[in-house]
Amino acid sequence: MQISTQKIIQQPEKRYKEKEFSAKIPFTIKRERYFRKSLVLAAIGVIILVMAFGCTLVVYSIPSFKALGIHFLYGKTWDPVNNVFGAYPFLLGTLITSFLALIISIPFSISIALFLGEYYPEGWFSNLLKNAIELIAAIPSVIYGFWGLFVLVPIVRHLEMKFGVLPYGVGILTASLILSVMIIPYAASMGREIVKMTPLRLKEAAYSLGSTRYEVIRHVVIPYAKSGLLAGILLSLGRALGETMAVTMVIGNSSLIPKNIFAPGNTMASVIANEFTEAAGSVYLSALIELGLVLFLVTAIINIAGKSIIKRFSKI
Amino acid sequence: MINTIHPKPRLLTIAAILLSAMSLLTACNGGSGNNSAKNSDSTTSNNNDDNTLLGAGSTFVYPLFSKLFYVYNQKTGIKINYQSIGSGGGILQLKNKTVDFGDSDAPLTDDQTKSMGADVLHVPMCSGAVVLSYNIPGVTDTLKLTPDVIASIYLGQITQWNDPKITSINPGVKLPKMQIAVAHRSDGSGTTNIFTDYLSKISPEWKTKVGKGTAVNWPAGLGGKGNEGVSGLIKQTPGGIGYIELAYAIQNKMLFARIQNESGNYITPSIASTSAAGNVQMPADSKVSLTNTDAANGYPISGFTWALIYKEQSYNGRSQKRAENLLNLLWWNIHEGQQYCAGLYYAPLSPEATTVAENILRSATYNGKPILK
Repeated sequence: MQISTQKIIQQPEKRYKEKEFSAKIPFTIKRERYFRKSLVLAAIGVIILVMAFGCTLVVYSIPSFKALGIHFLYGKTWDPVNNVFGAYPFLLGTLITSFLALIISIPFSISIALFLGEYYPEGWFSNLLKNAIELIAAIPSVIYGFWGLFVLVPIVRHLEMKFGVLPYGVGILTASLILSVMIIPYAASMGREIVKMTPLRLKEAAYSLGSTRYEVIRHVVIPYAKSGLLAGILLSLGRALGETMAVTMVIGNSSLIPKNIFAPGNTMASVIANEFTEAAGSVYLSALIELGLVLFLVTAIINIAGKSIIKRFSKI
Repeated sequence: MINTIHPKPRLLTIAAILLSAMSLLTACNGGSGNNSAKNSDSTTSNNNDDNTLLGAGSTFVYPLFSKLFYVYNQKTGIKINYQSIGSGGGILQLKNKTVDFGDSDAPLTDDQTKSMGADVLHVPMCSGAVVLSYNIPGVTDTLKLTPDVIASIYLGQITQWNDPKITSINPGVKLPKMQIAVAHRSDGSGTTNIFTDYLSKISPEWKTKVGKGTAVNWPAGLGGKGNEGVSGLIKQTPGGIGYIELAYAIQNKMLFARIQNESGNYITPSIASTSAAGNVQMPADSKVSLTNTDAANGYPISGFTWALIYKEQSYNGRSQKRAENLLNLLWWNIHEGQQYCAGLYYAPLSPEATTVAENILRSATYNGKPILK
C-alpha cells in the first residue's frame, strides 16, 4: 500500500523532472511524432506515386508523340506494320462501352440502393442481398469474361440473327452488358449507405403530412441522397473505363470503327492488353504507352468533371 | 523501478513506417524507370549460379521447351528458367541482357538487329504449322482451299461460303449460303507473323494493303486472344474460319483445311508435311521463311522458331562455364531433344536444317575462341 501511494505521488514529479531538466523526450511523445510523420510520409508517397505514373507514361510516349504528333488522337488507322497509329477507334470504343454500360446499370443500381437503404435496411434477406452484391464486385473479371463468352454471347448472337446482322455474338453490345453487371455494386453500395443516412425526422415529417412511401422517396430521400448516388455512378464509370480482361474477351477486338452497337470494336485497355507482349518496334511500344496515357487522362478528366457536377448538385 | 514506463514501439507504428517507406521507394523507382532498367542489366552477371540458365520469349514453343528443359534437367542437373512472355518480350530481354537466350518465331528485323548492338545468332529449334480451321453447320468434310481463296477471305472480298470460288474447288461438298465470319488473333503473335507472311507472299494485294507482322491492321473479321480465343470464335460462330496452331487444332479435334501449295498439291497439315516444308535450301544464318515452300509435299503455312543468343558470349562478366552450359543445351535441343517434338505436334528439324544449326552453334565464341569443340 505504502509503495503504491509513493508511486502515485512520485510519478508526476518524475515526469515533470524529465521534461524540465533532461533533454530526453519520453518515448510516448516521440511515438506520437513518429506516427504523425509516418502518416504524412505515406500521404505524400501516394501523391508522388501518382505523379510518377504520369511522368513514366509521358516519358515513354515521347517517341510515339514525335513520330505521330497530335494525329495520334484522331487517326482512324492502327497499323503496326507501317507504324501508323491512330487511337480514335479505341477512344470511341472505350467511351461507347462505358457509357452504354452506365446507362444499362443505373436503373438497377439505384433500385438496389433504394431497396436496401429504404425498404429493407435490416434482416436476413437484406444481408443476403447485400453480400451477394458485394460478391459481384469481388469476382475476378476473367470469370465475367468466361461467363460472357459462354452465356451472353450465344444470347446476343440469337438476338443478332433476329435483327439480321452478322451473328458474331461478340461486340460492343456484349461488352457493355458484361460491364454493366460488373459496375452495379459500386453505385449500389454507395447509394445504399447514403439512402440509409437520410434523417429520420425528415421522412417522419413527410409521412405525417400524409405522403405515401413513393412520395417520401421521390421528394425526401432522393433529393437528400442525390450527390451520393451520383458519386457512386461516377465510381462505377471509372471502373468501366479501365476494365480490361472481361471486355477483351467479348468485344471482338477489331480495330475498325464500329458501325453499330452489334459490331466488334476495341477499347484502349484491351488493345494494350492484347498487343503489349509482342510489340517489338520502338514506335509501336511507345504508341501503346501513349494509349495508356490517353486512358489515364480520359479517366482523370471524367473524374474531375464528375466531381464538379456532384458539387453543383449537392449545393441545391 | 519507474524506468519501466517506456513502452516498446507498437506494431501499428512500425507498420505505418514500413508502409510509407515502401510507397516512397516505389515512387522513386517509378520516376526513374531508366535507372531501374539499367540496374536489372546486371542480373545475369550477378547470378553466380552458372547451372541455372535464363530464357524468355515465344509462347508458341513453350510446351516443347518445358518438356525439353525438364528432361535436360533430369539428365545434367542444369536448370533452365524459361518465361513465355512472347517473342517481342524475349528479344527485349536479350537486348537488355537479362536472359541468356531469347526465343522468337520471327527472325530479327533489320531495325532490331541494329538495336541489339552485337551479333545475334538465330538457332532454329523446331518448326510449327498454322492451320485454317472452320465451322460450317452441316459440313464435316475436309475443305480444300487455294492461296487465292484464303487471301480473298481475309481481305473481306469473299463473304459467302457458297461463293463460286470456293464451291468450284470443293466439288461434292455442299456449302450453305452463309456469311463467312473471319477470325484472327487479337494479341501480337508469332502465329500471326507466319500467317501474314504467307498471305504477303501469295497475294500482292495483301502485301501492299496489309503486310506482315506479329500484329497487323486486319481489313476484316474478329479478333480472339490466343489460340483458345480464336478457336472459341470459330467453334461458337456458325460460318466461322480462323487460323490457329496445328498442335492446338489436333488437341481440340477441330476441322482444318487442306491447302494448295506452290507445286499445286493440296496438302493436309501434319507433322510430316511441316517437316517436309523445312526441307529447302537453307541460308547459312538460317533466317529463312518457310511459308509458301517449294517442297512438293510441304505444307505451305509453317515457320521455324529460333533461339536467339549473342555470338560473343563473353559479356556482362558471364563466365565461360555459363556460355558452355548454354551452348551444350542448345546443341542437345537440336539433336536428342528433337525426339520430343512429334509427341507435342511440333515438326522436328530436317537433316538440312540440323546441319545449318550445328554450324551456327559452332560459330559462337567466348573471347573470340569457339566454345564448342
